[in-house]
Amino acid sequence: MSQARTIRFSIFRFDPQDPNDKPKMVNYEVTEAPGMTVFIALNMLREQQDPSLQFDFVCRAGICGSCAMVINGKPTLACRTLTANYPKGDIILMPLPGFELIGDLSVNTGKFMRELAERLQLWLQPNNFDSDIHRIETPMDPDEAAKLYELDRCVECGVCVSACATKQMRETFVGAVGMMKIARFELDSRDTRTADDFYHVIGNQDGVFGCMTLLGCQDACPKDLPHMQQIAYLRRKMAIASPNRIL
Amino acid sequence: MQIIYTDTLVVGAGLAGLRVAIASKERGLDTLVLSLIPAKRSHSAAAQGGMQASLGNTIKGMGDDEDVHFEDTVKGSDWGCDQTVARMFAHCAPKAVRELANWGVPWTRITKGERQVIVNAHKVTINEAEEAHGLINARDFGGTKKWRTCYTADGTGHSLLYAVDNKAISLGIPVHERMEALKIIHDGKRCQGVIARCLITGEVRAYIAKSTTIATGGYGRIYEVSTNAIICDGIGQALALETGVATLGNMEAVQFHPTAIVPVGILTTEGCRGDGGLLRDKDGYRFMPDYEPEKKELASRDVVSRRMTEHMRKGKGVDSPYGPHLWLDITLLGRKHIETNLREVKEICENFLGIDPTKDWIPVRPTQHYSMGGIRTTPTGESPQLSGLFSVGEAACWDMHGFNRLGGNSLAETVVGGMIIGKYVADFGEKNNLVIDTDLINRFGCELTQEINVLVDGEGTENTFELKLAMQKIMMDYVGIFRNGDELQQAVDELSQLLKRSRNIGLRCKNRHANPELVEALRLRRMLKVALTVACGANARTESRGAHSREDFPQRNDKDWLNRTLSTWPDADALAPVLSYEALDVMQMELPPGYRGYGVNNTIAHPDTEKRQQQIDAILANLGIDADRYAKQAAIMPFTLPDELMPLNQRLSDTLNRSVDSTTIAGDK
Repeated sequence: MSQARTIRFSIFRFDPQDPNDKPKMVNYEVTEAPGMTVFIALNMLREQQDPSLQFDFVCRAGICGSCAMVINGKPTLACRTLTANYPKGDIILMPLPGFELIGDLSVNTGKFMRELAERLQLWLQPNNFDSDIHRIETPMDPDEAAKLYELDRCVECGVCVSACATKQMRETFVGAVGMMKIARFELDSRDTRTADDFYHVIGNQDGVFGCMTLLGCQDACPKDLPHMQQIAYLRRKMAIASPNRIL
Repeated sequence: MQIIYTDTLVVGAGLAGLRVAIASKERGLDTLVLSLIPAKRSHSAAAQGGMQASLGNTIKGMGDDEDVHFEDTVKGSDWGCDQTVARMFAHCAPKAVRELANWGVPWTRITKGERQVIVNAHKVTINEAEEAHGLINARDFGGTKKWRTCYTADGTGHSLLYAVDNKAISLGIPVHERMEALKIIHDGKRCQGVIARCLITGEVRAYIAKSTTIATGGYGRIYEVSTNAIICDGIGQALALETGVATLGNMEAVQFHPTAIVPVGILTTEGCRGDGGLLRDKDGYRFMPDYEPEKKELASRDVVSRRMTEHMRKGKGVDSPYGPHLWLDITLLGRKHIETNLREVKEICENFLGIDPTKDWIPVRPTQHYSMGGIRTTPTGESPQLSGLFSVGEAACWDMHGFNRLGGNSLAETVVGGMIIGKYVADFGEKNNLVIDTDLINRFGCELTQEINVLVDGEGTENTFELKLAMQKIMMDYVGIFRNGDELQQAVDELSQLLKRSRNIGLRCKNRHANPELVEALRLRRMLKVALTVACGANARTESRGAHSREDFPQRNDKDWLNRTLSTWPDADALAPVLSYEALDVMQMELPPGYRGYGVNNTIAHPDTEKRQQQIDAILANLGIDADRYAKQAAIMPFTLPDELMPLNQRLSDTLNRSVDSTTIAGDK
C-alpha cells in the first residue's frame, strides 16, 4: 500500500461576533484515511488542531441537508464528499453564500427556509371534507403519489440558492427551492390552491419571471431534483394564469 | 438573564416534539419549541423504511388489525413493554397515518391488479384488489405477521417530518433554533421549565412553562459507531437524570440494527430485507435460514444482529481493514425497484462506498441504532416524579418497546405518541397555572453560568475530545450486542473514572459565544452519566431479554426479572446512578409472557403466568361466543385514550365484507 496522502485544507475563517476579527483563509493539513469525507476531516481538525472551528453536521449521511458548503468552488454537501475525489489533495472550503453567516463554515439556512415557508405558505392547504382519521383514507392516484414524492425530496440544503445568479442580484428572489415547493403543492390534488393563487406569490420578478435560466440550481442540486423542468412548467402555468394572458 | 414565558414548552423539534406542539397549539395554548438545529434537519428525517399501522389495505396485509399489531409489538419487546401503552399505540397508529395524509404526506399508494414482489428469494405475483386502488400501501418488515409498514418510497421519515413541520409553521409555532436546554428548573415536585444556552451568542436564558416536554431523541452517540445523527447524544435523558428525582427507564435496552454500512455506520433500511434482500457471508452463502428457518432475514432486529455476530465469530465474516463484516445483497430486487423504492440506499452506497447496489453486495454489520430506554413516563407521557415534565418519542420510556423495538415502530411512535401525549399535554396546560419562582430560576441559571465559567476560566487539564472517545470506545467494547458481567463491571469502573476526570476539563477555546469545544464539554459530562445508567443497568440485569443479551445469563428470567430498570442520580457528586425496579404485573397483562418464536425456548417462567392465562380463558368463556374482538379485548385489559381518539378504525375489509354480504342478500332475493 502506498503511503497515505496529506490533504491540504484552506478554510474560510471569520467570527462575526468578534469585533476585532477579519475574514481570512487559514491552512490546515490532515493525513488522509481510506473513505475519508470532508465531515471526518473537519472533525479531526476541530478535535486535534483548532477547537474553535465552526461547521454544521447532523445526519452525516446526505439526508438532512445541514452541511452544504462551497468545496473548491462548487456548493455541495460536505458529509458525502470524499477527499479521494480531489487528486491533488488541495481542498478549499467556503461558507455557502446567500445566507447569514454564523461563523466560519456555518450559515443560517434554517432561518432562511422558515421565512420562505411563511412567505410562500409552503404547506398543504386541503379542503377538509374527507379528513376523518377514523375512516378509510381518500384514494390517491398511485402515480400522483410517486410524482409528489419526487418533488418532495428537497432537503433545504440551500445549494440551489447559493448556485443561483439571480438570487445573488435580487435579495427577494424565491430561488429554486421556493419554486420546487410551489410546484409540489401545485401538483398535489389535495391542495385547494389554484394557479391563480400561486400567481400572486410567484408570478413576478421574485418568482418564475425573475429566473435568468442559468440553471446553477439544476447543476448543483445534491438530490438531482428536476429544477429546470419544474421552473419551465411553472413559468408556463403562471403565464397562462396571468391577468394579461401572456400565453 | 432573560426569562421567556409560554404555556407549552417542547424541547426537540423532531416528529414527536412537533406533533405535541401542534396538539397544544390547536387547543389555543401558547406553544414554543427549542431545537439544536432547524426542525427539518432533525434525525426523524433519517427514518427511511416506514411506520407500522394496521391499515390492512394491501393483499399481504389483509386480516391485520390492532390485535395483531399489539401482539407483534409485545412479542417484539420480549414482554418487557407496558401492554397498556402498546394497546393505546396500536389503536391510534392508523389514525396517525390517515391524519398525515391530510397534512400532505405522499404515502406510496396501491396499484390494483398483479405485481411482482420478492419473498424468500423468489419472485411471487400478488394481486391487489380493485377496491384497494389508491389506498395507502404497506411493505414487509422484520418481526411482523402482516405487511404493515406504510411508506413513501424510502424517504418516509423525510416526508413525514416535512409535512409535520409545515403544519407547525402554518400554525405559527415558533422554533427557537440553535438553543440547547441544559437544565430543568424544578423544586423536586414540579417542573417549571428549562435553562438553555444559545449556541450562536452563548446567551443563557430561562424558558418558563406550564408543561415541559422532552423530545430530544435517543442516546446512540455514547457509542463510537452509531447509525444515529451526531446530535443524538442523550442530553434529554441527562436533563431528567440531573434533577435527581425524575427516573429513566430500561436504559440498558439498546438496539443494534443488522445492516449499517462498514465502516461509517450509516443505516441501510430494513426495507432492503423487507423487500426481499438477503444476508450473505464471506462464501456468498445465505446463512440466516440455518439459524431462523421460519423468519430468516426478517426475524426481529435483535435476533438478526445476534445471529450475524455469531456467524462472524465462527469466522464467516468478510475481512476488512475495519474488522469483519457480512454482505447485504439487494441485487435480486432489480434496478427499477432499487432506483425508486430504495434510492436513498443507492445514494448512500454510491457516495460512501463507491459501489452500485444494483450490481454489488453492500458491506454491513450490526451497529448501535435505537434507544428503547429513556425518561420514564406514565401512559399519559408525564414523569411519575415531576409534575409538568413530559417526554415523548425515542427520548422517553413510555414504554411500548420494552427490550426490543420492531422496525417501523419508532417512526410510528413519534407521531402516534405525539398525537396522544400532545392531548394530555394540552389538558395539563388547560388545568394548570404557570408556576413562577424567580429565586429558583435564578439558582438554576447561576448553576449553569457557573459551570460555564469554570470551564472557560478554570485551570482544568483534561481534554474533552479524548474523554469522549474513551467513553465511546468503552461502550463499544463492553456494552455491545453480547454482554457479560466481567466486561460490564469494567465498563462501569472505567466510565466512573471518566466522569471524575470530566470534572477537570480545560478548554483551549475560550469564547463564551459560539464555541464548539465548550458545547462538547457541557454535553460530555451529561453523556457520561447517561452512559453509566446504561452500563450499570446492563451489569445489574442478570438475564437476557430482547436486545439485552448476557452470555453469562442466557435465559430470559421472568421469575426474577420481569421488571423495568429505573435509574436516578440523587447525589450530583456521585459516580454512579441509583437503580431500582418496577415490576411488570403479569396479572394485568392482556398477553401473558410466552415464547417469542426464536431459537430455543429457555425462559424461566413467572409464577403468575399460568394463573393469568387461566383467568383470561375464564373471562373469555364468560363473554360467550357472540362477543366481538373489541369486547374481548376490553374485558381482558381495558385502556383509555382521549375521547377524540377512541373511535374504531375502519378498514377495507369492513367495507369489502359488507359489499359481499349485500351481494349475497341481493342474490337471495
